[in-house]
Amino acid sequence: METRNFKRVLVWQLPVRIFHWINVLTVTLLILTGFLIANPPALMSRVEPTFVQNFGIVRFIHFASAYVFFFNMLLRIYWSFVGNKYAHWRAFWPFRKEFWQNVWHVLMVDILLQNKKIHHLKDISIGHNSVAVLSYVVMFFMALIMVFTGFSLYADLTTWWLPKLFAWVSPMLGGEFMTRAIHHITMWIFIFFALIHVYLVFYHDWLEGRGEVSSMFGGYKFVAKERFKKKVPKAKTDKEPEM
Amino acid sequence: MDTKTAVQETYYDSIIKQGYNRRDFMKFATYIAAYMGLETTMVGQIAKSLETSYRLPVIWEHYQECTCCSESFIRSDHPIVADIILDKISLDYTLTLMAASGHQAEAAKHATMEKYKGEYILCVEGSVPLGDDGNYCCIAGRTAKEAFLEAAAGAKAIIAWGSCASNGCVQAAAPNPTEATPIHKIVKNKPIIRVPGCPPIGEVMAGIIVHVVAFGKLPELDRMGRPKAFYAKRVHDSCYRRPYYDAGLFAETFDDQNAKEGYCLYKVGCRGPMTYNSCGTIKWNNGVSYPIQSGHGCIGCSEDDFWDNGPFYERLTNIPGFAKEASADTVGAIAGAALVGGIAAHAIGATIAKRKEVKSRIDRGIENDKNIDF
Repeated sequence: METRNFKRVLVWQLPVRIFHWINVLTVTLLILTGFLIANPPALMSRVEPTFVQNFGIVRFIHFASAYVFFFNMLLRIYWSFVGNKYAHWRAFWPFRKEFWQNVWHVLMVDILLQNKKIHHLKDISIGHNSVAVLSYVVMFFMALIMVFTGFSLYADLTTWWLPKLFAWVSPMLGGEFMTRAIHHITMWIFIFFALIHVYLVFYHDWLEGRGEVSSMFGGYKFVAKERFKKKVPKAKTDKEPEM
Repeated sequence: MDTKTAVQETYYDSIIKQGYNRRDFMKFATYIAAYMGLETTMVGQIAKSLETSYRLPVIWEHYQECTCCSESFIRSDHPIVADIILDKISLDYTLTLMAASGHQAEAAKHATMEKYKGEYILCVEGSVPLGDDGNYCCIAGRTAKEAFLEAAAGAKAIIAWGSCASNGCVQAAAPNPTEATPIHKIVKNKPIIRVPGCPPIGEVMAGIIVHVVAFGKLPELDRMGRPKAFYAKRVHDSCYRRPYYDAGLFAETFDDQNAKEGYCLYKVGCRGPMTYNSCGTIKWNNGVSYPIQSGHGCIGCSEDDFWDNGPFYERLTNIPGFAKEASADTVGAIAGAALVGGIAAHAIGATIAKRKEVKSRIDRGIENDKNIDF
């Protein structure tokens, strides 16, 4: 039986992985505290409010996470200019022919579960597949909505200029009723995204066995040996023992 | 009505003529400065302006409204407010309180409009219906739209009193059958002060008028055209129940123990966290109380479309313009559950559809395992 050989490729550089996991942490905290802020459990307590700050702490976690989320986003934008080709902004540029060919492939093979007679290795994306790219582009704009509406709601609670930069958003939307509603509804899109994203990562790892899940820890994915240049100059990594 | 001599009178003259003494006048100047959020050094400037400036010609129009703005205004805490503004300022034309009526009243208005073209202040109470050629609101045989455009043309500035004129209030609530329209959407080329609230606080109204009189210009406005002195803070941020909010102590219903303890009304729908107004600081009825202090949540009466953002007694979760009865969380939870179902179905489908591919991989994996040397 012929089996395929794979080589280990560093796809996700450290800043990309750090970005990913900070995102996981902050979005999780933001969603949990966001739900609590939207509909807090009432404490049946006769304690003096001087001595409790429970809801204040929940809100503090929300605001602090929001700042981390925002600066983390800036870090990722910076990295899209200096990072490797999988992290580069060009990887997220959808106006390319190959991009839409790959969207078609992923839709047919992975989403609609068709089986192709002939497998083309180039259909297997090494970095993000094109449908995933589309979802990240959408989520980038969703994140912008969250940043703009969130900082706008927060602007009056602070004296710092950064959130105040977004103070115009609420008046533009006609007041905080609408701003809050948009902020709340967009949060649900993050939840839907997380569900689909995690499932599809598991799915690809299960079906393709190229280390999709673990790649976000170590950064490595496995790429079929046929895809490499035939004459690979002796790299020193080859001398190291392959585990 | 002899507008000419009335106009030649300064505010101070008319206040003294009204029977107040100098001491009353100075108390009023101090009091209004405090409400306007000015420093004590500015009291002198206000007093001086009122002593030296002549009466400002004001036309006060009433369209689709309930007159609660006027009512709030004449109940303003200091008696001079009502005297100075209503008796002395706005006598040129105000349907509700002027002595003249019918043709006389209209004649007085037109006289002011012609004589003080480009100088008078137009105060508008109420929204203007644009539907069906404006026929839903007619005064003196003309539509509100016609009358408003005519009055606005010669105005120096327009003050939109109350939620009706600022955002349409209840008559503009969906489906807005008369196409009730706030004035800033009708006239664009005039400075407009929006003073939302149903009604606005009387002291706020007086403060704005006195600001225009004393400083000869409009007060500083925020991005929504509201005076910053009164609309810069949320009711929530000046609420005396705020410590309960920060502690997480909330009333769940209006009759539970927490409500009796005076805990925060956030969970029973208080709109304080979204509403910009001065209720928490200036309060109502001569500073006696305000809704939250009386045990009822804020309904957000000074915010745009507050009628369409109900129900008043629940935390705001409706999706605007869609599924009025369904909250965003209900829709979200259902969609989320459907999504999880879809994912499960996809996983099962994938297991079946990709069985050959997966099996061949498993076989090859087992085969490789057999060939492990060490």
